[in-house]
Amino acid sequence: MNDNKVTLEEKSKYWPVHTLSLGITLSLFWWINSNYSNLLLLSLGAASILLVLFIAYRMDVIDHESQPVHLSIKIPGYLLWLTKEIILANISVVKHIWLGNSSISPTLVTIDASQRTDLGKVIYANSITLTPGTVTVDLVGDRMTIHALIKENIDTLKAGEMDRRVTELENKC
Amino acid sequence: MLTAATIAILVVMFLAIIRCIVGPTLYDRILAFNMFGTKTVLLISILGFLMGRPEFLDIALVYALINFISVIGVLRFSDSVEFKHQDQASTKESKQ
Amino acid sequence: MNILLEIGSGICLLLGCFLCLSGGVGILRFPDFFTRMHAVGVTDTLGAGMILIGLMLQNPTGLVLLKLLMILLLTLFINPTASHALAKAALRNNLHMVLDESTDKGGDKPSKP
Repeated sequence: MNDNKVTLEEKSKYWPVHTLSLGITLSLFWWINSNYSNLLLLSLGAASILLVLFIAYRMDVIDHESQPVHLSIKIPGYLLWLTKEIILANISVVKHIWLGNSSISPTLVTIDASQRTDLGKVIYANSITLTPGTVTVDLVGDRMTIHALIKENIDTLKAGEMDRRVTELENKC
Repeated sequence: MLTAATIAILVVMFLAIIRCIVGPTLYDRILAFNMFGTKTVLLISILGFLMGRPEFLDIALVYALINFISVIGVLRFSDSVEFKHQDQASTKESKQ
Repeated sequence: MNILLEIGSGICLLLGCFLCLSGGVGILRFPDFFTRMHAVGVTDTLGAGMILIGLMLQNPTGLVLLKLLMILLLTLFINPTASHALAKAALRNNLHMVLDESTDKGGDKPSKP
């Protein structure tokens, strides 16, 4: 699973679980948006979901990157920690908005990501972007270019707690 | 409280529109437009509660998706060669 | 119980409005595009989240709750993608950037686009 190129055997090992999870997600999405319990409409919905699953299978987009089910045990804890970080970062950015232009120090640096898979790198980059005050501008290989509103944000990122947590999340699979 | 929230979001949308008109570069305008769209989603949801019609939430959902697709579409257009030519000329003008 | 929910929803809406207004002021006040992006980030994450949570507490039953949750999730998934795409396009097109001069000693050199 750590390899980026999924071989044919691995794919046949993974696709039933991922197809099932995609089907459940699509059914929930259909039912929340329509909320019909009529038999005819329910069967039409089931038919459309099956059609989408067939198209996704033919397009070869069902894999462990589009449906990261192997992360689902570990991810709520990470999301809670990320929410706490987002709240703290929001308070800091709002403070600097009201303090004015003289209190900010915009910085552009390049840091290293220690994740091995593409999925881990994307989770890390998106977490950085989701936290106000830091935005991932570019991601080439292992290096990401980050723009920060205040210099202290870069220092906390370089201390590497978020990096460590994402790597842990990735290694649990 | 809902009325106050509606007014606050309308004020924020007004501020975003100001940045959209003033904005020196095209990217400021796209950014302000994106923010305007997000605030519109919030405004539609709050209006649904204010009027007692929860069906408005469907419209908000669709608006969020359309907003994202339109921003990505404009950015794809900004990758084209003719566009870069025009944009460099306009940034030179704004620096002078 | 009902009055508790009302008060909680009011507090959440008030906080969300304050955060959105701060973001709106920030987008007018900050000096260049990249810093304005951080101001928009405030309104997109916690501002929208607080307002939607306040609306959830208004009517905590059934399908409305699920739909609000879906709007919140979509907002949180869509906005980092859009702002990353914007920032990347701006960097590729060599947008003028205001940087703090005194911060060079701390970090690595930024990579050229």
